[in-house]
Amino acid sequence: MYETTYHRAGSVAEASDLMSKADDGKVLGGGQTLLPTMKQRLAAPSDLVDVTKVAEMNGISEGDGSVSIGAATTHAEVASSDLVKAKLASLAGLAGGIGDPAVRHMGTIGGSVANNDPAADYPAALVALGATVVTSKRSLSAGDFFTGMFDTALDEDEIVVSVSFPLIEKGAYAKYPNPASRYAMAGVYVAKHLDGSVRVAVTGAGQDGVFRVEGMEAALAANWSPDAVANITVDANSMLHDIHGSAAYRANLVTVMAKRAVKAAG
Amino acid sequence: MSKVSMVLNGKTVSSDVEDRTLLVSFIRDVRGLTGTHVGCDTSQCGACVVHVDGKAVKACTMLAVQASGSDVVTLEGIGSATSLHPVQAAFREHHGLQCGFCTPGMIMSAVDMINRHGAGNLDEATIRDELEGNICRCTGYHNIVKAIKAASDQMAGMSQAAE
Ligand SMILES: Cc1cc2nc3c(=O)[nH]c(=O)nc-3n(C[C@H](O)[C@H](O)[C@H](O)COP(=O)(O)OP(=O)(O)OC[C@H]3O[C@@H](n4cnc5c(N)ncnc54)[C@H](O)[C@@H]3O)c2cc1C
Repeated sequence: MYETTYHRAGSVAEASDLMSKADDGKVLGGGQTLLPTMKQRLAAPSDLVDVTKVAEMNGISEGDGSVSIGAATTHAEVASSDLVKAKLASLAGLAGGIGDPAVRHMGTIGGSVANNDPAADYPAALVALGATVVTSKRSLSAGDFFTGMFDTALDEDEIVVSVSFPLIEKGAYAKYPNPASRYAMAGVYVAKHLDGSVRVAVTGAGQDGVFRVEGMEAALAANWSPDAVANITVDANSMLHDIHGSAAYRANLVTVMAKRAVKAAG
Repeated sequence: MSKVSMVLNGKTVSSDVEDRTLLVSFIRDVRGLTGTHVGCDTSQCGACVVHVDGKAVKACTMLAVQASGSDVVTLEGIGSATSLHPVQAAFREHHGLQCGFCTPGMIMSAVDMINRHGAGNLDEATIRDELEGNICRCTGYHNIVKAIKAASDQMAGMSQAAE
């Protein structure tokens, strides 16, 4: 790892200030992606601004028809939150399936969404649930926030402060994890919203990161059952292919995971 | 450079280190506690697991300065040669090791999972799931799982036959 200077921010304002003064600063969440990248010398930020002790970025609260999660809240905290388990059980389940216990004790929702790894779990939840990302500068819909593989609408010095999830009628997330890393080979989040509309978001499989499957959404809006999506496939030409699985394999997994998710949602 | 201060195994320690110093280097090289191992050094294997403020974390994937002000416990802090922690005793009793390299992380993860689930509440499937982030290169998982189950049950006061 190259040299760097560490700062611990006490507020969002202080973190923003530290970021704007830094030569080439990076926000430090749980470090479960950034530190391995720095150790490989693939990233060499001049400054690290640790936001995990910022009070306004921590904790989970209930709003009017929504649950808001501070960006520095860890995966373990989301997974074990009584509020999330009661109001958005599928989200608690997703958080509890990320990596392993030690990763979940450090990794944060803000770091996960800011990183937008194409195999990360949270992006599927944000898109399927129609979440709003609140940053140090503005609010963005999940659809506008994720702009492509490892890419988001965030400016260099913009900080994710919280993510707000609307409550839904029902939903579930099914993932086929890579047996070694636990990252998604394909993960499908299905959600039936209170207005009856349906969203289906896929992570792990697409070349451009998280994406929606409109054909499945329409089919499920008409008939909420695993059979409704059983014959709907995604185009293998836009799927990832690597040593872990071919594009055709991943395309098939998407349909299988979608069926499982609908079944789990009940 | 930053002054890093923490409570390490119950003692307040303080050292000036580069900001890029990993917690595991601080523990091993600066403080001389070599019970915590560096296995893969890529956040995968869990040989370096320690407890920071009561939670299991991979010390190769945290900066020492991030842990400044925290309470850190390593393998050396949970028991001693003359008074083993129940999990350490169970690893010895059930031979929960082959080469022993992964053992420190296995034991620290085991203590963490027993704390979270409550002693006596671990079944084999849960233990295997919880060990996702700890890799035994000798693939000696069977006795490790047995040892953790035995320690958990013993800590709950359930008398469990040794075999
Ligand atoms: C062994 C292992 C297994 C894993 N398995 C999975 C898995 O199964 N599924 C999964 O989804 N993920 C997995 N992860 C990734 C893990 O969830 C990370 O915690 C997460 O992707 C990044 O979160 P972090 O808080 O650690 O962020 P960091 O590593 O601190 O930061 C990541 C990036 O986000 C930026 N950032 C961090 N916080 C903010 C913020 N508040 N505002 C703006 N930018 C910010 C940083 O500058 C950096 O660019 C795994 C990681 C490891 C090491």
